[in-house]
Amino acid sequence: MELGPLLESIYLQYHYDFRHYSKASMERRAAQAMFRMNCKSLIELQEKVLLNAEAFFDLLQFFTVSVSEMFRDPSYYLALREKMFPILKTYPSLKIWVAGCSTGEEVYSLAILLQEEGLLDRTILYATDINPRSLAEAERGVFALGDVQKFTQNYQKSGGKHSLSDYYIASIDSVKFDRSLVKNITFSDHSLATDSVFSETQFVSCRNVLIYFDRDLQNRVFGLFHESLCRKGFLGLGTKETVEFSKYANDFNVFLPEEHIFQKIEKRGGVKRED
Amino acid sequence: MKTDQINAVVIGASAGGIEALQQILPRLPKGYHLPIVIVLHIPSGQRSYLSELFLTKTDMLVKEADEKEVIKSGTIYFAPPGYHLLIERDFTFSLSTEESVHYSRPSIDVLFESAAEAFGTHLLGILLTGASPDGAAGLKRIQDRGGVALIQNPDTALARVMPEAARSLLLPLSEQVLSLEEIVLLLLRLKR
Repeated sequence: MELGPLLESIYLQYHYDFRHYSKASMERRAAQAMFRMNCKSLIELQEKVLLNAEAFFDLLQFFTVSVSEMFRDPSYYLALREKMFPILKTYPSLKIWVAGCSTGEEVYSLAILLQEEGLLDRTILYATDINPRSLAEAERGVFALGDVQKFTQNYQKSGGKHSLSDYYIASIDSVKFDRSLVKNITFSDHSLATDSVFSETQFVSCRNVLIYFDRDLQNRVFGLFHESLCRKGFLGLGTKETVEFSKYANDFNVFLPEEHIFQKIEKRGGVKRED
Repeated sequence: MKTDQINAVVIGASAGGIEALQQILPRLPKGYHLPIVIVLHIPSGQRSYLSELFLTKTDMLVKEADEKEVIKSGTIYFAPPGYHLLIERDFTFSLSTEESVHYSRPSIDVLFESAAEAFGTHLLGILLTGASPDGAAGLKRIQDRGGVALIQNPDTALARVMPEAARSLLLPLSEQVLSLEEIVLLLLRLKR
């Protein structure tokens, strides 16, 4: 399956850049999209999405992975609570960037954590994603009831101080999270592949997003995070992601190795260029 | 069966898989000339001790696969818990948190299908014991791309759903349904 022409034409027409995404996973998702969107070939899929923007956003649902859960990897959130927030508390105000927030599970988890640590009122959370449908979902703060049991277990393991149900109202098949959690969250359309930095932050959390990017794009994204983070700012990655083999390896210290949390080093050193 | 030009081995297993792998992996010598990539269904959300477990039991190198890692011979790789493991055409690993397949992440189908595209006729796929149909479609893809597809004899498997599912999907060939001992002997016979 040769995705090159499809991705190139999408970039030219819609300015969404998937050309530096890992190929095996993209091919799998393109095959799923072809099947679900009733296209017999990639050419047919390409024609469809170029002629019809709605069809393009349907395809985007396949190209952007929107599988997440609240407090995924509870030990990560426990580490934020116990090891990182005590340091963040020393700042008079906080800006946190959740990059690739998808349907919002991670940003709501952080908002709850910040609330319990007494930090939410002086924090602005930027939740960004390239998929407008995911962002709209995230903003609604509604999650399937079937997922809540898992979320609750995760919340408890992450050191939750109350009951997760204190933060939502349940209906027959879904739960809606309290609007007080959202008041300091700014949801916005932002592409790690094509856009630039928009704010200085103290903490960037970007989990299981970089695994979909090739090395070049990973380096670009680490560059954005490096630029956005203040001195001694923190970068939280997924359990299989690291800054260590990137061009920015020398610009971060490993803060918590088990949880893949890094800290921008104080002195603004030269950027490591291997190539 | 064309086994003279195999460049990689992929193995999938679920229920009973640890026991089955314990009968295969310790028999392979240090520096075995092929990479072996394994998806074994395990509960997600906790650390996997599979690589530690097998590290002490085999002479080959054993590790959890990392994203963008170049696949090397003489090494046994396990999929990390909670992630699909895929093989790229440049013979590096990718990870993904896409939805589960047959309720599993990692999924055997996802590994096998991507490996089939990357290695084509140079791939050997082995599906062992398991109580899930995951892996059958992937093994079929390996066969469709000209690779070699092997199934543990369901009569010798702790759970027969997985090998049965594959057997009903594959184009039947001789020497395709094997006991664990026969699988070991075949692996040891593969030429450099």
